[in-house]
Amino acid sequence: MKKIYSVLVENRAGVLCKVSGLFSRRCFNIDSLAVGETDDPAISCITIVSSGDQRTIEQIEKQLNKKIDVIKIKTFDESVSISRELMLVKVRYNKTNRKEIMEICDVLKADIVDMSKSYMLIQLCDTPERTTLLINMLKSVSIVEIARTGTLALPKCGETEA
Amino acid sequence: MNGADAMIKSLEKEGVTALFGYPGVAICPFFNSILDSKIESILVRTEQNAGHAASGYARVTGKVGVCVATSGPGATNLITGIATAFADSIPLVCITGQVNSELLGSDVFQEADITGAAESFLKYSYLVKDVEDIPRVFKEAFHIASTGRKGPVLIDVPIDVQNALLSKFIYPDEVNLRTYKPTVKGHIVQIKKVVKELAKAERPIICAGGGVLLSGAENELREFAEKYKIPVVSTMMGLGVMPTEHPLYFGMVGNNGKPYANRAINDSDLLIVVGARVADRAMSQPGLIIENKVMVHIDVDPAEIGKNVGPSIPLVGDIKHILEDFAKQEFECNYDLWINTLDLYKETMKVKRNPDKNYVDPAVFIKILSEELDEDAIYVADVGQNQIWSCSYHIVKKGKFLTSGGMGTMGYSIPAAMGAKKALGNRQVIAVCGDGSFQMSMMELATIRQHNIPIKIIVFNNQCLGMVREYQHYTYKDHYSVIDLTGSPDLAKLSSAYDVKYMKIENMKDVREKIKIFLSEPGTGLLECMIDMMDVVK
Repeated sequence: MKKIYSVLVENRAGVLCKVSGLFSRRCFNIDSLAVGETDDPAISCITIVSSGDQRTIEQIEKQLNKKIDVIKIKTFDESVSISRELMLVKVRYNKTNRKEIMEICDVLKADIVDMSKSYMLIQLCDTPERTTLLINMLKSVSIVEIARTGTLALPKCGETEA
Repeated sequence: MNGADAMIKSLEKEGVTALFGYPGVAICPFFNSILDSKIESILVRTEQNAGHAASGYARVTGKVGVCVATSGPGATNLITGIATAFADSIPLVCITGQVNSELLGSDVFQEADITGAAESFLKYSYLVKDVEDIPRVFKEAFHIASTGRKGPVLIDVPIDVQNALLSKFIYPDEVNLRTYKPTVKGHIVQIKKVVKELAKAERPIICAGGGVLLSGAENELREFAEKYKIPVVSTMMGLGVMPTEHPLYFGMVGNNGKPYANRAINDSDLLIVVGARVADRAMSQPGLIIENKVMVHIDVDPAEIGKNVGPSIPLVGDIKHILEDFAKQEFECNYDLWINTLDLYKETMKVKRNPDKNYVDPAVFIKILSEELDEDAIYVADVGQNQIWSCSYHIVKKGKFLTSGGMGTMGYSIPAAMGAKKALGNRQVIAVCGDGSFQMSMMELATIRQHNIPIKIIVFNNQCLGMVREYQHYTYKDHYSVIDLTGSPDLAKLSSAYDVKYMKIENMKDVREKIKIFLSEPGTGLLECMIDMMDVVK
């Protein structure tokens, strides 16, 4: 089972280490992790995608709650959330495949944000699935390097907000 | 006033009267300021034992124990003490000196990232970078250590912060932590559910863990059990919640516990676990145990509930509060038939021993020792076969039974007994260890002598690491490896070197008289008991 944890923490030195250390110590998976400041500079938001059985998922939330630097945890399913990932891919191209790459980018709504005579830098901001899809599509081309942010997610909008 | 003065002042505000520590350059400002205070510093002989001594102090007083070490190796030596306290949820404030804050991260002499290194054994930690934060940090540290699920908190203070001048010392009256609000009161709906189950049950049993002692709820639990005549078993950490010979008490559970205690749990239709983790040593297959019964789990830590076993009724809160709320509930019940069955189990499921007459039989020895000890004696058991014997045969009356249950740290008994004796000078304090565990903390004989903390030490000498030997006997078919302790010192000579009164018992002849003499002598004493290496394994 996959779960997304949106963890609000005190923006202090060492807090990310405490949170990620908890996952490794208790053998919880981290599929992806992203950290950033919130609207309040004293608070950071750590978005963690993790998977495990019901007991593990419950333990992750409880153990996170025990951490004194953790302010609030929101746990939700992928299905009720909007999740996005930003990816940058650098590929090497030549005359024969240039058009194909541009077509892939077009279909998957990726942007070419930088270019030289033999390299292209492609940017995609989309769901983790579509990000992986772009990688698979580009595998036939020579991928030079990839940078991904990890998943960011928030629950979908309701009529009232908790 | 500088930072070090503020640290001492904060400790005074928290009512600290003694601490256990070992100085070094990075903590020197602190040990300089302490000279102006009434707080007594006990110089241990290695930092790990400062942690254990503070733990013993905390466990007999219910207050926070304080230990202090310097940066680098001082701090890393302390880690085992911290981890031991963490595993048993003992409230400690551990203070470490640190290198100059401007040099942090540059691997200078005696620098260790102690907040990072000890992270997984700490309830919380602070690295103080601003001298003005000292009063708030100390206030928070004592609060965090002693509330909710208790545990060790570390305060790491760089030497320049200790030396920096503080504009004004204001000790906060209360803490303001938006993220830390432990549950105290149990949910009344859940309490009523438990009462309903109790009224319905035919064979209820309470399993009391160390959490009952940490909450100071021994009396409340006993009164509740007595009011409705509910039988009680305990985990190793819960030993002492009920007097051993109480008619409603049916022993310690687990693979080292009493067979009739385990049978009682298995046969029950309502299991109420109070302040216990349901960890592997107490219940090796918790999933199987709770089949065909209702399980209630009462704990202050919500994360413990459902961690090892999923209870039918979870109840989160401070045990003392919850038991007080239970006392307000009334219900009809009669478990006499069940208690008769348990009495029968107790009578028929006794462990048969076959001791060698040429040695001291630890089982009988501990029983006689218990009878000769003061009613309120504090008994500290070490780790190994000696721990299992102590758990099995020591009879707790009004005293306490301390041991390292969660971490199983060898060498715990002597420093913990020292801490307990320092706290309660007029109580009889006894440390019972093996020849292996004794040698892990025998350097503390010097501390005991220097600071005049007279405890009684019993060493079960079987000239080997008995518990590992036992394991190798069963698992590796007597293929013994690295368990021979024949290089051990002559304990008579060692005792004389430390000015400790020494006695030796070779067999069971006149044991009671010898124990009487040993206990009645003033000052620190060491009693060596020769034990059959083959005990248990033959």
